[in-house]
Amino acid sequence: MDFAFFLIQLLNGLQYGLLLFLVASGLTLIFGIMGIINLAHGSFYMVGAYLAWSLSSLTGSLTVAILLAIPLTVILGMGLERLLFRHLYQRDHLYQVLLTYGLILVFEELRSLIWGDDVHGVAVPALLNASIPLTENLSYPVYRLAISGVCLLLAAALYLLIQKTRLGMMIRAGASNRDMVQSLGIDIKLIYTLVFALGIALAAFAGMINAPLSSVFRNLGSHVLIICFVVVVIGGIGSVKGAMAASLLIGLAETFGQVLVPEVAGMIVYVLMAVVLVWRPQGLFGKA
Amino acid sequence: MKKNDQAGYDRREFLRGTTAIAGAAVAGALLPIGTAFAQQAKLKVGLMLPYTGTYAQLGVAITNGFKLAVEERGGKLGGREIEWFTVDDESNPAKAPENVSKLVQRDKVDVVIGTVHSGVVMGMAKVLKESGTLWINPNGGAGAMTGAACAPNFFRTSFSNWQTTHALGKVLKAKGHKNAVFITWKYAAGEEMMEGFKEGFEKEGGKLTKELFVPFPQVEFQALLTEIASIKPDAVVAFFAGGGAAKFLKDYQAAGLKGKIPLYGSGFLTDGVLDAVGDAGEGVETTLHYADGLDTKKDKAFRLAYAKTFKLQPDVYAVQGYDAGQLLAAGPRRRQGQHRRQARHDQGHGSGQDRQPARAVDLVQGAQPGAGHVPAQGGGQGEQGARRGLEGPGGSGARLQDLAFL
Repeated sequence: MDFAFFLIQLLNGLQYGLLLFLVASGLTLIFGIMGIINLAHGSFYMVGAYLAWSLSSLTGSLTVAILLAIPLTVILGMGLERLLFRHLYQRDHLYQVLLTYGLILVFEELRSLIWGDDVHGVAVPALLNASIPLTENLSYPVYRLAISGVCLLLAAALYLLIQKTRLGMMIRAGASNRDMVQSLGIDIKLIYTLVFALGIALAAFAGMINAPLSSVFRNLGSHVLIICFVVVVIGGIGSVKGAMAASLLIGLAETFGQVLVPEVAGMIVYVLMAVVLVWRPQGLFGKA
Repeated sequence: MKKNDQAGYDRREFLRGTTAIAGAAVAGALLPIGTAFAQQAKLKVGLMLPYTGTYAQLGVAITNGFKLAVEERGGKLGGREIEWFTVDDESNPAKAPENVSKLVQRDKVDVVIGTVHSGVVMGMAKVLKESGTLWINPNGGAGAMTGAACAPNFFRTSFSNWQTTHALGKVLKAKGHKNAVFITWKYAAGEEMMEGFKEGFEKEGGKLTKELFVPFPQVEFQALLTEIASIKPDAVVAFFAGGGAAKFLKDYQAAGLKGKIPLYGSGFLTDGVLDAVGDAGEGVETTLHYADGLDTKKDKAFRLAYAKTFKLQPDVYAVQGYDAGQLLAAGPRRRQGQHRRQARHDQGHGSGQDRQPARAVDLVQGAQPGAGHVPAQGGGQGEQGARRGLEGPGGSGARLQDLAFL
């Protein structure tokens, strides 16, 4: 591997890592701020991917499909929080695990009823359906670069929202002491609903923009769920910064692992997780 | 979870069962006494195929082909009505023994038809060797099924994995390629096809520079495509199928490799997905025991009937399903419906000793009409055999056995 190709693989790894961050950020948000273990996170990713596929085949445009689908997933998130999750905040994690595991089954069956079990491809938007030549025989698909751009923008927006806005201040306050925030006259219930909906929408959005790259198939969510938990655990539970670092780390490990040691590529990520946990049980950026 | 996965009866199955009984009772009442009793017991056919996941499309095509063969015989095989049982194997090897046991033990089927995924095939082999149930495999090419793990009740109307890529060695040499990279999913079929290609290519003096693997059924190829570009091999050989094949062809084009490094594969790379990939499939060359352009009377008749019945163009999977149906039909015809499971065969392993049905049935598959529609060609058929059909190195045509199994 010469230097040019090393750089390209680096780009591949970063691009994959940024996408991972997008998927995992919703999980770490809900986990860190609300204390909810959401096993159904992958299902929302899957819902996003299927919405992107069905709406884009209906309207003929992935962009339109995404614009239509985002409000739908926000409504879905708010509805679920009001109906189900709200009742579990004070309960043990076990109840949340049971509920969200149940939701995985419900979403899988609904997906099978509504969309069927076939594998579907989603077309890359015409505007981004090009490749930039990098070397004499390799080009880079513009869509992958565009996704990286979107992920970076979202990461920045998330950082600003939580660290620099009044709403973010309330969210952080709610995370550290819910009762105190409530007695100060802040509608913490509304804030929780919003945070939950945001987490769901982030997962679904990741599913939507990744649909053209990964194609859409059943059980799409389960692989995503596992890798998301790996990200959250390596990064430190609830830390958005940690999620970013862990995503990039995993993206690079998986990319270079596939190329350098293809025989064991499937387990590299988990070895990495084990090493990090031995070294820092609370994760890279977790509070001990 | 699919309805069929649940043990015992669920409501839908129960309703279906009772409706059938009620229907039979009504029909019995209307028929003159005597004919109703003269009916032979139904032939229980168990289809164990992937109806969901990456290989869903393949499972459906095989089912269509098989049912077409049955329909052409008036919905009967050997004069017996058919009772269908279906299990979705999800291409999941871990569930294979459990799934096939449902057909064998719960449904007590007379014959099992399946499946696609080689790992699932090996899971089925264990159970079916013990139960002795007749088994026709219309796709999954795990070599051991007709090699080390073979049994007298095992038949296949398809291929062994190594055969589908072995012939590529000759093709690549003819094109002047000295080295190649092989990329595939990391599971039995991919590894066996890689080995088959390696053997065939090295015999022609070529060199397999690198083996690249993607975990099944993932379709994230970007890192490995970059690796291919950096190696700059004379040629790339790939095995993917179904949804994964479509994705690979598109990614190969998007990475700018198409037109720069020629792409080859077993025919599964393009079969059944050409419509989905558009011009990304242009220029890809493959070897297989069947291709759309096979110019025989039998094939033309089959393609026409299939297109009429299903409003779909058949692919190699449909052909294999159809041939499985023909094979099953040939048994009862020769034995007047007597139940007898017996087949002489070689238990040999490896080249040329794969047992394939031939003389008993006029199969659609087959490279050259003059060769008596033998699905596996003997060695040395040359360029045409390699390009059009399937070339086996060991002269398997001469060793093919007659069948008498039902």
